[in-house]
Amino acid sequence: MATLIKPVSGWGRYPVQSCEIERPERYADLKPSSPTLIARGQGRSYGDAALNENGHVILTERVNRLLLLDVENGILRAESGVTLDEVLNAIVPKGWFLPVTPGTKHVSLGGCVAADVHGKNHHHDGSFGNHVLSIELIKADGSRIECSPENHSDIFWATVGGMGLTGIIGEVTIKLIHIHSSQMMVRHYKTPNLEQIFKLLENPTADDSYTVAWIDSLVSGRELGRGVVMCGHHANDDELPFRIENRYNIKKRHAISIPFNFPAFTLNSFSIRKFNAFYYSHEGKKTSPYLTDYDPYFYPLDGLNNWNRMYGKQGFLQYQCVIPDKTSFEGIKAILETLTNSRHPSFLAVLKRLGAESKGMLSFTMTGYTLALDLPIRDQGIFPLLNRLDQIVMQHGGRVYLAKDARLSPESFHTMYPRYEEWLNVKTLIDPENRFRSSLSQRLKIGETA
Amino acid sequence: MSDTVLILGATSAIARATAAAFAAKGNDLYLAARDKDELERTAADLQIRYGVKVSYGLFDAEAIETHEPFFQDVVQEMHGISGVVLAFGFLGDQLAARDFKTGAKIIANNFTGAASFLSICANYFEPLQFGFIIGITSVAGDRGRQSNYVYGAAKGALSLFLQGLRNRLFSSGVRVITVKPGFVDTAMTFGMPGLFLVASPEYVGNRIVGALNKSSDIIYLPWFWRYIMLIIKHIPEFIFKRMKL
Ligand SMILES: Cc1cc2nc3c(=O)[nH]c(=O)nc-3n(C[C@H](O)[C@H](O)[C@H](O)COP(=O)(O)OP(=O)(O)OC[C@H]3O[C@@H](n4cnc5c(N)ncnc54)[C@H](O)[C@@H]3O)c2cc1C
Repeated sequence: MATLIKPVSGWGRYPVQSCEIERPERYADLKPSSPTLIARGQGRSYGDAALNENGHVILTERVNRLLLLDVENGILRAESGVTLDEVLNAIVPKGWFLPVTPGTKHVSLGGCVAADVHGKNHHHDGSFGNHVLSIELIKADGSRIECSPENHSDIFWATVGGMGLTGIIGEVTIKLIHIHSSQMMVRHYKTPNLEQIFKLLENPTADDSYTVAWIDSLVSGRELGRGVVMCGHHANDDELPFRIENRYNIKKRHAISIPFNFPAFTLNSFSIRKFNAFYYSHEGKKTSPYLTDYDPYFYPLDGLNNWNRMYGKQGFLQYQCVIPDKTSFEGIKAILETLTNSRHPSFLAVLKRLGAESKGMLSFTMTGYTLALDLPIRDQGIFPLLNRLDQIVMQHGGRVYLAKDARLSPESFHTMYPRYEEWLNVKTLIDPENRFRSSLSQRLKIGETA
Repeated sequence: MSDTVLILGATSAIARATAAAFAAKGNDLYLAARDKDELERTAADLQIRYGVKVSYGLFDAEAIETHEPFFQDVVQEMHGISGVVLAFGFLGDQLAARDFKTGAKIIANNFTGAASFLSICANYFEPLQFGFIIGITSVAGDRGRQSNYVYGAAKGALSLFLQGLRNRLFSSGVRVITVKPGFVDTAMTFGMPGLFLVASPEYVGNRIVGALNKSSDIIYLPWFWRYIMLIIKHIPEFIFKRMKL
């Protein structure tokens, strides 16, 4: 198959590495054809998970067909390259929705399984892997195996959250959830500090199907961690205005494109502070429930194409960690304090309560709280700062999300992911030559037998 | 009368996008190609996404003796068809094509196979006094160049054949449209060095279907290829033969 050598990066645009890209169009061509390789969906992981410097990268974007939609039982089977956007366009009009969705719909089904992504409903429904009925995995020797929680469950749970390192996910079958309309019923709570946010997130009366908090990461002192808790659910029958005739209508949004890299000075603590203050008061006002389409609700950033260019040419890092329940408040507070005391403002900070730990051996989620930060790379000082955050995370028994990582150390990885040995056993069994590798796996020494 | 469009060579990226554009308009589809697994997948996909009826069957452009019975089967199964898109093609290895054994295969696929099938379609639509035939050729057929003249000659011959059909079928109200894509982002062009202005298959598919509402007989995709080819066609031969194209 023809290949294309070019510099590629993840969504954070750091690092940029030269990879040899293949793009199969037929399902039969989705197979390991080169000595080392990694699958890549929509490249929406932030760092180097879908890169393979000086090796092959297999694009799945043309292997994207919907194979089965059982509208009675809400079951969908599709090829792994299909995007959530395409899936939603097919299922929402029929009254179904994704059981779990990340904050962008421009990701592939395969990418959602490989990263075992979580959404705003994790505290109720767990991560993506919980809703996968089965997958077809294409192994290093080219053979295909159907696995599920019942069948080859070790391979299944090594692949869910396995960051593409067990093989190529070819087809995925998922269980959908039923919805009464394409509308969401949403409500916000303006919250003055971190304690209050934790209280609210723990409070079952304020809780909803989807619950998440936005945090103003630039205020410190008594206001540290002020923010807006945002709750929502798929609108029920009695919440819909009776004039909604076509309740499953999908409104097409037209995305605006960011045409060029923003110059470095546009994002500084001053502009971020201004923006955050505005956002805090603006979003904080929406205290009475309101209806909105699912698309702007789940995917606010998808309205701006290439918004990653706003962070300038150097790119940016997303730092997402989870801290287990017992130590979460202390841990998150320490992280926010370290951040506000540094010269590196975060443009976005999102806090979310997570439910039961995933069964995926390398999955990110565990019961506790997760904090996600967007940090532009303005200078090299960001790297030691994040190493300090890693230390805080490890002291509190937490971990960093691989789908967003570009700079973790192998030692920290091994501390954070205690089921690694168990995973490695499966990996060595189905990929004995360690052919499935990515820049991430090489950086973190994942898959190498010591 | 059924509103089914028959698409030949249905598993290529351009054909898939064209099929999707027809399905989005509500047309039922019959997909034909050589790869059964791919046909099955693409048919399921179009059916789920657009809610139209999609059938499929195996078809080999080079096995011309099978064309007539195949066509009759399709017409019977779909209760008639309203249009045909001929999207198959075979680029082949242009260096190997210097040996005519390989060259002959390129011609058999792109020209002989196409001409055989289009003759059957023309004979079907002409008495019905309705329908359309869309043939996908290539800008490579506009002028012979050392880098791909065998493929170019076959596609050029197909362009002429379509032109003749258009002339013949005009009086019976059957539309014949010649589509000449430039560089499209497909498996054929992926990884080729020095490509510029590459169009997406979706763009090409939408334009092909959109052409039915317009009066043009020959469409270049994207449009500016008409002007690029105009220039290339008008370079005098004594200069052209010295060029490394
Ligand atoms: C704006 C934005 C918001 C986000 N919000 C969230 C969120 O709320 N929750 C969350 O969990 N994540 C979130 N993410 C991260 C994103 O969901 C994951 O990185 C996801 O894996 C990206 O999917 P992709 O198709 O782009 O995969 P890629 O980035 O292309 O690949 C990611 C990983 O999946 C593997 N992979 C992809 N396809 C296959 C396949 N077919 N077979 C085997 N392995 C494969 C790759 O090898 C790689 O390791 C967000 C990302 C963005 C840009």
